[in-house]
Amino acid sequence: MLQVKGLACARGGVPVLENLSFDVAAGQALVLRGPNGVGKTTLLRTLAGLQPALVGDVTFAEGTGAYASHADGIKTALKVTENLSFWASVYDRAVPDDVYAAFDLSDLRDRMAGTLSAGQKRRLGLARLGVIGRDVLFLDEPTVSLDGFSVKMFADWMRDVHLARGGCAVIATHIDLGLDAPELELSPFVAASDARGGTDEAFL
Amino acid sequence: MKALIARDLRLAVRAGGGFGLGLAFFLIVVVLVPFGVGPEREVLARIAPGILWVASLLAALLSLDRIFALDFEDGSLALLATAPLPAESIALAKALAHWITTGLPLTLAAPLLGFLLHLPGPAYGLLLVTLLLGTPALSTIGTFGAALTVGLRRGGLLLSLLVLPLYVPTLIFGAEAVRRGVDGLSPTAPLMLLAAITAASVALLPFATATVLRINLR
Repeated sequence: MLQVKGLACARGGVPVLENLSFDVAAGQALVLRGPNGVGKTTLLRTLAGLQPALVGDVTFAEGTGAYASHADGIKTALKVTENLSFWASVYDRAVPDDVYAAFDLSDLRDRMAGTLSAGQKRRLGLARLGVIGRDVLFLDEPTVSLDGFSVKMFADWMRDVHLARGGCAVIATHIDLGLDAPELELSPFVAASDARGGTDEAFL
Repeated sequence: MKALIARDLRLAVRAGGGFGLGLAFFLIVVVLVPFGVGPEREVLARIAPGILWVASLLAALLSLDRIFALDFEDGSLALLATAPLPAESIALAKALAHWITTGLPLTLAAPLLGFLLHLPGPAYGLLLVTLLLGTPALSTIGTFGAALTVGLRRGGLLLSLLVLPLYVPTLIFGAEAVRRGVDGLSPTAPLMLLAAITAASVALLPFATATVLRINLR
């Protein structure tokens, strides 16, 4: 469903990862591991198409990918329902009713997003993934500021809803999500300091 | 695209959205000018077209740095860039939302404030028409400037320096058309040039804005 071949990516003109190749099949999740600064976010941004790869190919069906960053992209002056229905209409879909239950937002529907706690905001940010209905998800630290209960809830949604209907996901995380998913340690792929893709990129 | 415009309008009128900011600034400038230059009818009528145009231009400038900065900070710009909405549509939607919250209220308020400056009778219609024709250019040019400076800390000053020179042609032809109305001359030529600038900005700049956004989001 997602193929990556010989990928190298750079952050701020400096190559960080190279020679990455992996496949993710439908119904499968891939967990990215590695110390801080190894390039997990850069890799996910490259996969999602926010920045170009130095070399290599990323292949997945057009119009199936979605990205979720550390930041939730929540508008604090909008209600929880308004936030979700905005994303639903951007993706030309309706907000499914069960998404509120799946992310434990049922009691928060009419609250202003600005009055939510950090963990509740995160749940709202993750609920966006349930609304937009994309198959290939690129998730950057999805469980930051979630409590143990919410982490399990998210893992359940990932396993029982998203992966069960044939989606796939690439997830960068430092904790054990309890998913039966292969892990990819990124440290062996750190780019040599003289790798191609040179420093002039910042000036182009 | 409709959803994005609707969201931006809703955010603008909610608390802290800055909907009335430009309008209040416009009102303050126009009210203060007679105190500064004195109440003589002839002097005020003479400078009224220029004052009204300069004030509305600065008022439009005031809210530009919010166009992309807020979405950039909370991460929604990156999420929008990976959404099925093309970046060109984002640029156009943002410009349109800015125009509806800034340009349109300024246009509608200007004739009322012209009264305070003893703007002569025949110029009221022209003031409305020139602002209606000119403010969309202010919003699209400003959106382009906002895209150039998105992600910069305190990018507001740089944004003003980038955008103000690009606003000059609109200001010259807009104020000139109204002045010709005051003097009883034909305003056709400056009006057509004003319309041409707006048409070109609206047609071309969203593409430039989209390219700049993609580069700045890397």
